[in-house]
Amino acid sequence: MTLVRRVGTLLLAPALAVAIAVVISAVVMGLLGVSPVQVLKVMVDLGDTPSQQITAVVAILNRALPLFLAGLAVAIGFRMSLFNIGVEGQYRMATIVAATIGAAVALPKPLHVALIIVVGMAVGAIWAGIVAVLKVTRGVSEVISSIMLNFIALGLASYLLTGPFRGSPEGASIVSTAQIPESGRLGGLNGVFDVLGLANPPRQLYGFLVFAVLVGVGVWVLLQRTRFGFDLRATGLSPSAASASGVDARRMVVKTMLLSGAVAGLVGLPDLLGRTYEYSSDFTSGLGFLGIAVALLGRNNPGGIALAAILYAFLDRASVPLQSASLPSSVVTIIQGTIVLAVVVANEIAGRITRRAAERASRQSSGPPPEDSMTTRTIPGVVSEGTP
Amino acid sequence: MRRVRGMKAAALLLAGSMALAACASDEDSSSSGSGSSGGSSASSGDLQIGLAYDTGGRGDKSFNDSAYAGVEAAIKDLGGNVTELTPNADASNRVDLLTQLADDGNNPVIAVGFAFADALAEVAPQYPDTQFAVVDSSVEGTGLDNVTGLLFAANEGSFLGGVAAALKSESGHIGFVGGVESPLIQEFEAGYVAGAQAAKPGIVIDRQYISPNGDFSGFSDPAKGKILAQGMFQSGADIVYHAAGGSGQGVFEAASEAGGRAIGVDSDQYETVGDPALQAVIMTSVLKRVDNAIQGYLTDYSEGSISGGTDEVNDLESGGVGLSTSGGQIDDIKTQIDDYTQKIVSGDIEVPTTP
Repeated sequence: MTLVRRVGTLLLAPALAVAIAVVISAVVMGLLGVSPVQVLKVMVDLGDTPSQQITAVVAILNRALPLFLAGLAVAIGFRMSLFNIGVEGQYRMATIVAATIGAAVALPKPLHVALIIVVGMAVGAIWAGIVAVLKVTRGVSEVISSIMLNFIALGLASYLLTGPFRGSPEGASIVSTAQIPESGRLGGLNGVFDVLGLANPPRQLYGFLVFAVLVGVGVWVLLQRTRFGFDLRATGLSPSAASASGVDARRMVVKTMLLSGAVAGLVGLPDLLGRTYEYSSDFTSGLGFLGIAVALLGRNNPGGIALAAILYAFLDRASVPLQSASLPSSVVTIIQGTIVLAVVVANEIAGRITRRAAERASRQSSGPPPEDSMTTRTIPGVVSEGTP
Repeated sequence: MRRVRGMKAAALLLAGSMALAACASDEDSSSSGSGSSGGSSASSGDLQIGLAYDTGGRGDKSFNDSAYAGVEAAIKDLGGNVTELTPNADASNRVDLLTQLADDGNNPVIAVGFAFADALAEVAPQYPDTQFAVVDSSVEGTGLDNVTGLLFAANEGSFLGGVAAALKSESGHIGFVGGVESPLIQEFEAGYVAGAQAAKPGIVIDRQYISPNGDFSGFSDPAKGKILAQGMFQSGADIVYHAAGGSGQGVFEAASEAGGRAIGVDSDQYETVGDPALQAVIMTSVLKRVDNAIQGYLTDYSEGSISGGTDEVNDLESGGVGLSTSGGQIDDIKTQIDDYTQKIVSGDIEVPTTP
């Protein structure tokens, strides 16, 4: 397949989904008597002054970062038809433990930050590992166990926060862990704006961005260019075929969940290292669930997930100026919600189109149609045939 | 095979619905057609008030609505208009809300809820010419000299609630349902328990929270509130006090079904509950006059007497907290209530803030 066609089929479903969502939202806006054009104008208006515009861009990128990581974590599981719904719990546990250990130790700067990141990844992996162990030893569906573990994580994090990990004074209205010292914080990237000759607002672009990009590239290489990645994808496409060719399915489940959990452990770190420096009772929640939507929209591909995360963050940011302009900000919610539904439908449609094209192509080149057209079957849930 | 596939599809739907649910509570407030919202470039001279709600926004029949009522009353007296903003579902954009309000030229900007404390610490120094106020959070000692903290002695109001419950209880057994086990709500619990024990030593008090700290679902989960209250009524309690925001609805329902009674919170829930069957069980409500506090703040602001960097404590003495009497169910114990009020105001009774 040529590059253009590959990119085309890759973008077909998400573009279709976004289009459907926009159309539905426009219809709703029309029914409410609001001009969709005006709403769109407000949404793309980033501000009047250069400083405001850069602040808006920073806000979008900072919001997109955790969404990207959450989407990535979910997608690693999805590629193997493993539903890691537990990213929420994994990042909560990872963040609170990383915050506490980060605040408890004193190390030189790069080591301190590295330690916090390693702890976060390790805790996320362990929490996800429970799911994997339950699945391979007892056959517990990862969907059930990971959802249940979310509740346990929430309760446990709350217990730890109010008990042994508490760092805030008695009676403070927000309970938090102790603050991570200066050496364990990641500075902003706003120096880049100076270099580019742009305005430099007080809002700092998270330094974690660099690391997140590296993780994204790393995951892509791992999935697409290594033996492990091949085994993982093969198991996702057809467990029986994979195990027939010598892949140990149970081992793959454990490895994949550990990897997914490790990435999930990073979700809370951009905020932790770049802004809050502590885990508190009002630390951003729900990122794990949004990650599912982002992964679906990004078709489980790191590049696609990055775009999906930025789109989500862009929509999120728009809700504030929309309210300020007395326009219904629920438009944002409607678009985000319909994207989730539309993407499932669009994936199915796009899958059928490409499958039909592949069948037609293979018919032309004589030979019988392929048993299981591997190239098109990358979307979990809609196509997966069974569990390993 | 088909079954597995069906289950996976179901799981996907479930996950999708969770993601949707995560977005869903972000109801807009500015579209509800109030003539006073929006319009940041209105004529000068009038007040231009920026109002940043806590999650849920306007329409919660409680905290946020009370804040709006205060702003509305102030506008009626002083003129001006208000721009209202509601955070997104996970409330990750609080900084953006305040930035937008300040950028639009609103002054003063009022943040509803202690959760804005961190966001204010970031935004307020960037806008030294704008005055900010924050409900339920102390600013003294934070060094923010253009922020005013609007605080409430919730423990004092709850103390009176405890007195009323103890005096009206026939079984000598009462209950407390908290929304989220956070220090703020524990203050309600502490006051309630102290009041009940002062009025009737040895009284049995069941205390339960809907969700642990950090999980804010406890303020919007009437089903769980109902289950907890049902348990209390079944074990012999006859009056249950809730400090659980929207979950209080479930407590009222449980009281109605069990033939017990309930005590509301924040606003006069006898008036706001909107269901005659439930109205009958609401004995009184522990008021937290966010509206009065905000109206007072705005009046002070328009007179130029706001300096910032200080806290304004609204307690029994200033009428910032108290008991509602709608429905007349506590009229017979009015003298005792007034008695305790006097003792608290004069300092004879020191109400604890932690249980």
